[in-house]
Amino acid sequence: MNNSVAYDLSVLIQKQKQGERLFKIAALAAVIISLGTLAALVADVFIDGLPRLDWKFISSFPSRKPQEAGILAALAGSFYAIILTALVAVPIGVGAAIYLEEYAQKNWFSRFIELNVANLAGVPSIIYGLLGLDLFVRAMGLGRSLLAGSLTLALLVLPIIIITAREAIRTVPLSIRDAAYALGATRWQMIKDHVLPLSLPGILTGVILSVSRAIGETAPLITMGALTYVAFVPTGPLSPFTVLPIQIFNWVSRPQKGFHACAAAGIVILLLVTLFLNAAAIFLRNHYQKKFSARSL
Amino acid sequence: MLFISNGVNMIMDPTKNVKIESALPNTKVVDKSKVTKENFILNVQNLSAWYGTTQVLNEINFDIRSHQVTAIIGPSGCGKSTLIRCFNRMNDFILNFRTSGSILFEGQDLYDPNVDPVEIRVKIGMVFQKQNPFPKSIYDNITYGPRILGIKDCNTLNAIVEESLEKAALWEEVKNKLKTNALSLSGGQQQRLCIARTLAVEPEVLLLDEPCSALDPIATAKIEELIQRLKNNYTIVIVTHNMQQAARVSDHTAYLLLGSLIEYGETKTIFTTPTKKETEDYITGRMG
Repeated sequence: MNNSVAYDLSVLIQKQKQGERLFKIAALAAVIISLGTLAALVADVFIDGLPRLDWKFISSFPSRKPQEAGILAALAGSFYAIILTALVAVPIGVGAAIYLEEYAQKNWFSRFIELNVANLAGVPSIIYGLLGLDLFVRAMGLGRSLLAGSLTLALLVLPIIIITAREAIRTVPLSIRDAAYALGATRWQMIKDHVLPLSLPGILTGVILSVSRAIGETAPLITMGALTYVAFVPTGPLSPFTVLPIQIFNWVSRPQKGFHACAAAGIVILLLVTLFLNAAAIFLRNHYQKKFSARSL
Repeated sequence: MLFISNGVNMIMDPTKNVKIESALPNTKVVDKSKVTKENFILNVQNLSAWYGTTQVLNEINFDIRSHQVTAIIGPSGCGKSTLIRCFNRMNDFILNFRTSGSILFEGQDLYDPNVDPVEIRVKIGMVFQKQNPFPKSIYDNITYGPRILGIKDCNTLNAIVEESLEKAALWEEVKNKLKTNALSLSGGQQQRLCIARTLAVEPEVLLLDEPCSALDPIATAKIEELIQRLKNNYTIVIVTHNMQQAARVSDHTAYLLLGSLIEYGETKTIFTTPTKKETEDYITGRMG
């Protein structure tokens, strides 16, 4: 092939190939470094924590002696806190998403709300703790109780639920809505019978992801007054409580090495719970996607 | 007269007519004897429409005869879909849409503030360009309309399903798989399912917005044949960009261009001796 321009095509291609190889290596290195660090940390925790993890550990209360300390109070506290948080945040979040997506007029005000919800999702969690302290603990008189903690966490995860629920609702195609309206459905009938079932996978995923986030939150709960040494299972919504991350934090700050092993075991449990919740999210989402699969929409 | 079925077995005598009008609580029972071939069921009077500041329909005036097929033809963007969506108030969902003028349906203005658009959509049904069955079973697709109107009785619903599928010429093909997902049907079958679904609420008018544009010729032929059968019991308004289809299927044709009604008359006349030059240009392919 005749080239009037002074360059050698094969040399250029060689250079391009080298560049591609370098980029590939750099990308692979990034993956190895990040996953490797994570794997190393997890391995370290498991090595320290797994030996300490046994049924006695799970079923005992914390104590002054590291050999007798257990995680029961924190586990129970986290469990009840998550359930209460979900009970409050999910209906409000999904309801808000339905209103904002289906009923609200698209004007500057709804755009303003949308912007603010997105902002709230990024607010540092300790701010929610301060809000919870003033609003739930003091103003509403709930005290440093499980209920106040759950409400604080609910406020924390509400923006996430609203955003993911809105995204899920938006994926329902216009053709389905048109079909429902054309048959004489009212707006609520259309939402109840078509939009909600079809957006269920997305909403569920959002709910479980926000729950996994809430379960690891420490700062807001410490701020609103969750205790760090609790030797009982919460007796009711108004009882004092503690949660897994706080218990771990408490053990890590003690000087005795035995407590560090307890902390590691606590971290193992927390990781396993988070992993389980995420796996449940993926499983449920895949299940409902298959159930409502649109093969030719 | 309530239909009495012979139990769970779905093989019923299709000649037995289920009085759906009395089963649907919200719809007025229309005395069909009053609506004869000479009657106009829809009167469009000076209808104009705007999306925001853009005018899309300009002083449209024509009447749609009942129990006949009226075709609306015209080049892309002339306002055909907008016009047909005015008939069942589907344009209400579009922001900044407004109309002036009126559309009388059996004497009452559809855009009167006292009119409930939800009720209108039961009486004036619509089938869309791209088939849109719900991602549910065939049975659930057809029973959705009756169920939201309040019909709960299983036997009535079964009868409605069979009758609607018979009317849409789909019963024989799906009678043994009513509980399978509607999306497993072919495109043409899905569109007939959408027609059956619309018929299940016993509308008086069927609006078909380019129903065959996403289908192959054989499926198209089946639907055109179906339209000829349906016009005995329903008024049909069909929007199509296919002139040959309009000529085959309709009794009257309206030609729209850039939002204005250029000509409206019997299909035979429009396609052989049109009075306006623009119509002739479009029909002969010189334009559009």
